[in-house]
Amino acid sequence: MRQYIARRVLYMVPTLFAISLVAFLIIQLPPGNFLTSYIAQLSAQGQGVDGAQVRALEERYGLNDPVVVQYWRWISGILTSGDFGQSFEHRREVSDLIWDRIGLTLALAVSTLVLSWLIAFPIGVYSAVRQYSVGDYLVTFVGFVGLATPNFMLALLFAWVSFRYFGQSVGGIVSAEYADAAWNIGKLFDVVSNLWIPVLIIGTAGTAALIRVLRANLLDELRKPYVTTARAKGLPEWRLILKYPVRMSLSPFISTIGWILPTLVGGEVMVSIVLSLETTGPLLVSALQSQDMYLAGSFILVLGALTVIGTLLSDLLLAWWDPRIRHQHVERA
Amino acid sequence: MGLLPERSLPPEAATNEPDEIPGDVAQRVLIWRRFKRNKLAVFGALLLCGLVLISVFSEFLSPSTPYAYDAERTHAPPQRLHFVDTDDGFELGMYVYDYRVERDEETYANTYEVDESAKVPVGLFVQGQAYRMWGLFPMDRHLIGAKDPDTEVYFLGADRNGRDMASRIIHGTRVSMSIGLAGVALSFVLGVVLGGLSGYFGGRTDNYVQRVIEFLMSIPTIPLWMGLSAAVPRDWGAIQTYFAITVILSLIGWTDLARVVRGRFLSLRQEDFVTAARLDGCRTGRVIGRHMLPSFTSHIIASLTLAVPFMILAETSLSFLGLGLQQPVVSWGVLLQEAQNIHSISGAPWVLLPGVAVTVAVLVLNFVGDGIRDAADPYK
Repeated sequence: MRQYIARRVLYMVPTLFAISLVAFLIIQLPPGNFLTSYIAQLSAQGQGVDGAQVRALEERYGLNDPVVVQYWRWISGILTSGDFGQSFEHRREVSDLIWDRIGLTLALAVSTLVLSWLIAFPIGVYSAVRQYSVGDYLVTFVGFVGLATPNFMLALLFAWVSFRYFGQSVGGIVSAEYADAAWNIGKLFDVVSNLWIPVLIIGTAGTAALIRVLRANLLDELRKPYVTTARAKGLPEWRLILKYPVRMSLSPFISTIGWILPTLVGGEVMVSIVLSLETTGPLLVSALQSQDMYLAGSFILVLGALTVIGTLLSDLLLAWWDPRIRHQHVERA
Repeated sequence: MGLLPERSLPPEAATNEPDEIPGDVAQRVLIWRRFKRNKLAVFGALLLCGLVLISVFSEFLSPSTPYAYDAERTHAPPQRLHFVDTDDGFELGMYVYDYRVERDEETYANTYEVDESAKVPVGLFVQGQAYRMWGLFPMDRHLIGAKDPDTEVYFLGADRNGRDMASRIIHGTRVSMSIGLAGVALSFVLGVVLGGLSGYFGGRTDNYVQRVIEFLMSIPTIPLWMGLSAAVPRDWGAIQTYFAITVILSLIGWTDLARVVRGRFLSLRQEDFVTAARLDGCRTGRVIGRHMLPSFTSHIIASLTLAVPFMILAETSLSFLGLGLQQPVVSWGVLLQEAQNIHSISGAPWVLLPGVAVTVAVLVLNFVGDGIRDAADPYK
């Protein structure tokens, strides 16, 4: 097991390196850089641009250096001192800008994950045990619709309903009266009360997928002979189901953390833009549009790194939970 | 099979054949029979045909053109189509009620009231806005529309420029569905080639391809897509952007398909008939194309059908953010850009209708894909 962990952690290094490369290349792809789009914007407003000032800025940010040099400067800054560079647009350190927002994104993603588990587990078990009942059909239908509706559509619908029928405009995680307050119990409650709706919206697609996976797996297990044996021996039905087939069909539940996390982060980005939450989403979009390269690249890098770590955690959890997977890896190693 | 032509009857006739030999029925006949039993999938397939027809004949089917605008009709609400006229006696015939328009002098916003005294007669195959069918043939006939060529009807309301939502959604169907199909076609090539190589050769090749796939899957898709599409130059034309977005979507979308193909290849590699073919001296290409691929074509078709909705959702999300397709191209995502702020949604909720179209299309494709997958599974 220890060897397996070590090997998985080692595998992460090239992946993280590749992610940093991709993140940096993406922000280099658009023709021009932040300065050119900034200058274009200034001249569109009829303001003259001082050539000497432009050159000084290019010099300062090293925009004329080869890409490899720029990449090296960026990544070595991150690795040695946690310095993600400067945001051109906001004229601040990138690290100042992103940590708050990444924290909120992470909080949203994790609470969404937990919530979708809590919802999907009982519903999935129910609809497998009572296959083809009214409840099962209802859940399947709602699940399908949940999978098919884009997250941001749900967010828009929600925004419309709350505006139309409750006269409230949504947006923001921290209410105005707590905006400048230090963290206390009241602010915490306030945040939680504003958070549950985005969490529910982001979680729909993932929850629907989880229910379907759990239902399919449990149905396969319920048909196996050992279930009949246990029933013939007179085990109470609910205990029988919970103790054996449910346990067997739970491993995909855990392995979902791996593939659900990228989806959650993506969905969170979309929903936050619609509901104007102060997470990574809106800032990332504006950074990409204005070619604020260090800001955009750092966001993609950090989100990617967090996802890789999440996937690793889910794989380790799975190996711990399911002896079949654990032994398979040990044998191969 | 060739010796017994009476057994290769059309599937409808063969369904209840009592004396057919189980092993002697073509696989696709069996699949078709199982598919037909799944009511939801058949229903989905019918709706899917409808969507395809809409995207092929969008110009003719829409009551107007997507670009015709009317400043007097900004954010006009949907008009209900009436079939029976009971005002004086009983009369059959389609009509809608006209609006009474009032303009707020301060905000210039139009307010609409249904004017029950003024009727706009509606007919089939009417003359209306001129268009070019498939960009080729000049025509002005529309399947449905106001009988008077100079008036417009708005079955699904109008957008902020007074353009007909119904026509825009119908034209959006063409763009959104085709981008899904084109993207899937591209990911199909990538997925089958790379997944096939990975599964057939195994070993080091497999390891490399798997690492690439794992890497692509570990990056949060939406930020990556956003980054890539932000890199598409703004001054590219509509067609270029369209293709660039398709390529971007499929560059990331092929991984799932590659995994399916690889898994199939890995399990088939061990089968006796593959060994036999190889021992017979078949070249790699023939072993793959003639012997291995046919045994899981249906699985590939199912995975492809299930991949189309992902593409559609992705295109919609990107265009919604303004990073995907751009005006004047009309796709569902581009249309939803109008729904970005709460004020237009609260004033004109029908700008959300393209989202309904997205949901329906994705649902339908999922039903059909699930149906094919279940029908193609011989162990069920």
